[in-house]
Amino acid sequence: MIPPRSASGAPPQGGAPSGPAEPGPRLPLGARFWTGVLVAVIVVAVVVPLMNLAVPEGHVLHLSDFYVSLFGKILCYAICALAMDLIWGYTGILSLGHGLFFALGGYAMGMYLMRQIGTDGQYKSHMPDFMVFLDWKEFPWTWALSDSFIAQMALVVLVPGLLAFVFGYFAFRSRIKGVYFSIITQALTFAAMLLFFRNETGFGGNNGFTDFKRILGAPITQNMKVLLFVLSGLTLVGFFLMSRAIVGSKAGRVLQAIRDAETRVMFSGYDPIAYKLAIWTLSAVMCGVAGALYVPQVGIINPSEMSPAAGIEIAIWAAVGGRGTLIGPIIGAFFVNGAKSWFTVAFPEFWLFFLGALFIAVTLFLPQGLLGLYRKLRKRASADKA
Amino acid sequence: MVYRLLLCLFLAVAPLAAFGLTTEQAARIAGGESEDRIAALNEVVAAVDPALGPLLEALLADEVKVAGGKAYIVRGDTVTEAASGVAATLPADSEDVVNNNRVRREFEAALAALKLFSPDAAVRAKAIDDLRDGADEGKLVVLEKAIAGERDAGLKARLELLRAAVMISSDDKAKRLAAAQLLADSEQPATRSLLIEKLASETDAEVKSAISASLAKVQSRLAWGERLGVMFSGISLGSILLLVALGLAITYGLMGVINMAHGELMMIGAYATYLVQNLFRAWLPDAFDWYILAAIPASFLAAALVGAVLERSVIRWLYGRPLETLLATWGISLILMQLVRTIFGAQNVGVENPAWLSGGLQVLPNLTLPYNRIAIVVFAMLVLAGVALLISRTRLGLFVRGVTQNRRMAACVGVNTARVDTYAFSLGAGIAGLAGCALSQVGNVGPDLGQGYIVDSFLVVVLGGVGQLAGTVYAGLGLGVLNKLLEGWQGAVLAKIMVLGFIVVFIQKRPQGIFALKGREA
Amino acid sequence: MTPELMAAGAQARAAYEQRSATAGKGGGFGRPLSAGEVVFTQGVALYLQDVTVSFDGFKALNKLSLTIDVGELRCIIGPNGAGKTTMMDCITGKTRPDSGKVFFGSNIDLLRLNEPDIAQVGVGRKFQKPTVYEQLSVFENLELNLRNDRSVRAGLFSRLSGEQLDKLGDLLTLIHLKAEAQRTAGLLSHGQKQWLEIGMLLAQEPKLLLLDEPVAGMTDEETERTAELFLTLEGQHSLVVVEHDMKFVDQLTEGRKKVTVLHEGSVLAEGLLSDVQNNQKVVEVYLGR
Repeated sequence: MIPPRSASGAPPQGGAPSGPAEPGPRLPLGARFWTGVLVAVIVVAVVVPLMNLAVPEGHVLHLSDFYVSLFGKILCYAICALAMDLIWGYTGILSLGHGLFFALGGYAMGMYLMRQIGTDGQYKSHMPDFMVFLDWKEFPWTWALSDSFIAQMALVVLVPGLLAFVFGYFAFRSRIKGVYFSIITQALTFAAMLLFFRNETGFGGNNGFTDFKRILGAPITQNMKVLLFVLSGLTLVGFFLMSRAIVGSKAGRVLQAIRDAETRVMFSGYDPIAYKLAIWTLSAVMCGVAGALYVPQVGIINPSEMSPAAGIEIAIWAAVGGRGTLIGPIIGAFFVNGAKSWFTVAFPEFWLFFLGALFIAVTLFLPQGLLGLYRKLRKRASADKA
Repeated sequence: MVYRLLLCLFLAVAPLAAFGLTTEQAARIAGGESEDRIAALNEVVAAVDPALGPLLEALLADEVKVAGGKAYIVRGDTVTEAASGVAATLPADSEDVVNNNRVRREFEAALAALKLFSPDAAVRAKAIDDLRDGADEGKLVVLEKAIAGERDAGLKARLELLRAAVMISSDDKAKRLAAAQLLADSEQPATRSLLIEKLASETDAEVKSAISASLAKVQSRLAWGERLGVMFSGISLGSILLLVALGLAITYGLMGVINMAHGELMMIGAYATYLVQNLFRAWLPDAFDWYILAAIPASFLAAALVGAVLERSVIRWLYGRPLETLLATWGISLILMQLVRTIFGAQNVGVENPAWLSGGLQVLPNLTLPYNRIAIVVFAMLVLAGVALLISRTRLGLFVRGVTQNRRMAACVGVNTARVDTYAFSLGAGIAGLAGCALSQVGNVGPDLGQGYIVDSFLVVVLGGVGQLAGTVYAGLGLGVLNKLLEGWQGAVLAKIMVLGFIVVFIQKRPQGIFALKGREA
Repeated sequence: MTPELMAAGAQARAAYEQRSATAGKGGGFGRPLSAGEVVFTQGVALYLQDVTVSFDGFKALNKLSLTIDVGELRCIIGPNGAGKTTMMDCITGKTRPDSGKVFFGSNIDLLRLNEPDIAQVGVGRKFQKPTVYEQLSVFENLELNLRNDRSVRAGLFSRLSGEQLDKLGDLLTLIHLKAEAQRTAGLLSHGQKQWLEIGMLLAQEPKLLLLDEPVAGMTDEETERTAELFLTLEGQHSLVVVEHDMKFVDQLTEGRKKVTVLHEGSVLAEGLLSDVQNNQKVVEVYLGR
């Protein structure tokens, strides 16, 4: 190691180096953090199920089935927003096509659910209704494993993951960055949507899959839906903790370095492609899992889930909540989808105006999102007090 | 008494025709079972009686009634006997004549067959075309007569092909063989379908080989038409992509702004065209065909104005932040679409082609180039030339180029970069408006007009590179042609996927696109 | 060839021989080279031969040939546009030359490697404009550049060992940023950022350091400190310093080290600073005709 050299007669730094203060992530993972996590787990796993199943209807604390299903849906969206934060907030890659991975996971689950309908469909055949309608006599190769729960669940992870890996490999290797990359992801999801709209592709065409009856043999009752809700919530918490660990590790700092100064990172000896590819594939898998949890709760999957508009909305949840904070995008997902729910009931013609204005307002006035705004206000409040 | 009158009239009419249309024949054609009517019809057609024409026209116009074994033509208050044309009174027990589709078709074919003997060559030519579908065994006699009497060589050849098309279904092997060989000279796609059909059903080996030989000849003749057709639709699509992407390339090259609302600026141009059309329809109906000339500047101005407003209010604050600009402009596009939906409704609105743009130029028998598409190709070239001139010869163009290449230096020498930005963005938006005007002539106009082209236009910009118009031109035309070629091979969706794959691979080798600003910054 | 130069050459040779006697692994009879590891048996750290780079017809580098010995501290000077930064780009893999050879040590062909690999093999570069990771803290900036496993798995699961912590502490002290260890790097002053970047370079433990205008924007005192630091590094590391500040170059060369003058993409003159400054051609180039 290079011995410290004194300059112009100043005494050398004495003694053994005291070591730098607190290496590691600067945001404390203290008691407050873990209490928050615990509260979230309790709300998701205990409070909401009680409010829906145990509390009788008409009681003020009763949570209707509609709201359970709505919140379950938003929890799945929040997972996507979290995934988007990992790649955009921390690594600087804006993907406009993550809806594709969400939809692919959803379709994988949907295939299994369609097989579970068995012979209870409209045509009373062992094949799904849309296949009977197309006059197909046997399953296409893509449905080979659709009978097995384990196999389809593996596909939920493998299909988005593999597609993301291959696409990312070629895209990152060619050093496509920034806006060009975003456009290409949009084109990818658009092309996939067109593909899935075709009946011949074998995924239900523009109607998609719907009318699910059973999972693993058990009928889809409200109990089952609450169970799915709990699963979604716990998955979100689990992914959140995992993301926390990632951004707190050295790899997380490398990702942030890639976001801020990618060329410099190369000269530090890191291969940005490997890091980007890893986080990209992980985020795709997260979205796939979210899609798989989403489909049985909502009861339908069709190609509009992979439209470019859906993918761009994921980005806006992350931006509204506050990029680069992990918790921000989750808040953003709840805020935007909550607003959408309210608007489409109260003032449906104004929803798109609101959404459009939200896009503009967040990019112009709230670059740090709602969380950033909250923190700024809090800082100002405590500065006023001081 | 009536009989004597009829006889006189008959004798009077007789010199006009070899055999007159008898009452009995008229009645048989007008009423009874379809089969019988058609048989009677063919008899009379074979006689080529000019009196048959008016009767058929009346039948097709549902102006015929039958009573007491006679047919009457009823037009408003005038009633005439079908066969002789003599005025008569309609008996009280007359019934309407009902024609089903099959009978109708036969009537139409028969009318065409009659026109084969018209003194006007153009009418005869058209009749031959019309008979393509309706020729069958029953018309053979007529065809033979027509061929015998035809003096125009070209028309005679076409009549012979027509006869061959009928004869290929004949029971006589020799006739079929002759017909098969003759049909090799045809230029019609319908003949190809016929030959394919006959090839499948033919049992005799000799005739079969004759048919496949003819089929091969017809295929190769038609193939040229198809190749040219694909090329043309590729160029047409390419010219549209060029128009759409040109504005985007200017704003991206200048300001690094990827404008997701570009499609909506096109939509505004298209709706401006719609409004101009309605204005002309209401106030200047005589000049309606020229509304398009007013619509062009109108759509340019409308879109440019909206673009200027957007630039001043939203986009200039996001300079240097391309990803945020992307999101903000997406928000703008949502607002614009919803605005148009609220004002004009969510369904498509109708924009008509002016008369001089309707129809097409028939280059080959199986290749018709629509006038509106030709016009768009020409229009795109004119716009391109105009923009190129603007950029290279005018002061504004000079400023735009300067600011694109080195913004700070340009600001230092006194160029008002903010104003140049606004002008350039408005220019790009205006061109989008022109694209919308062009699109209104070939497609539907609705709130989501822009959505269909936005992904393609972005890909053109990515592929073409920024900084030079040439890149956009090559990329736009290239992608259009590539798309159509692949479409013909694999279908529209797979073609799009393949084009996307091609672009990703191309960008690997050349990340800056086909043409890009060179230098250390590249 | 002056007597002074010959004496300097003899001195350098003796110093080198002493160093290589105590040097670590290297090829030789019966001892195989390990793949990917750089070898300095011939005493050459960096070897450029006839390197040519042209941008759109303009020759940024024109048959540039240069040799840097192991442990040498070479200063490169020249007017703007001479090709100094392009030369560094070629060495570090950012730009591919149209022709020519670039070798690191005796065995590593730098033209075959990409940027991360070149950095890992032991070539470190400090940029003209201080490029640090603005959103990370000073400590994190240094930690990222620490010489260790660069793979994703190591990034996720590795923890800093005590020895590495010590190393980081020493570095922080060396670059006078110990008190600012937790500060966000973007908030440092210009001079402090330069030092941080030098620190990051040192954390990589490179064998060859390429320093592009390392004291641009520094005060006189900071400049002197930087010169002292580089002088301690000399010997253990090979350094190539591109500079305009002649006082700094004088401090570095100490009157006895070689200076190379670049002009229009090739070497115009080489020698002691005093000789080069009196060279007629160099004067013309700097002051114009």
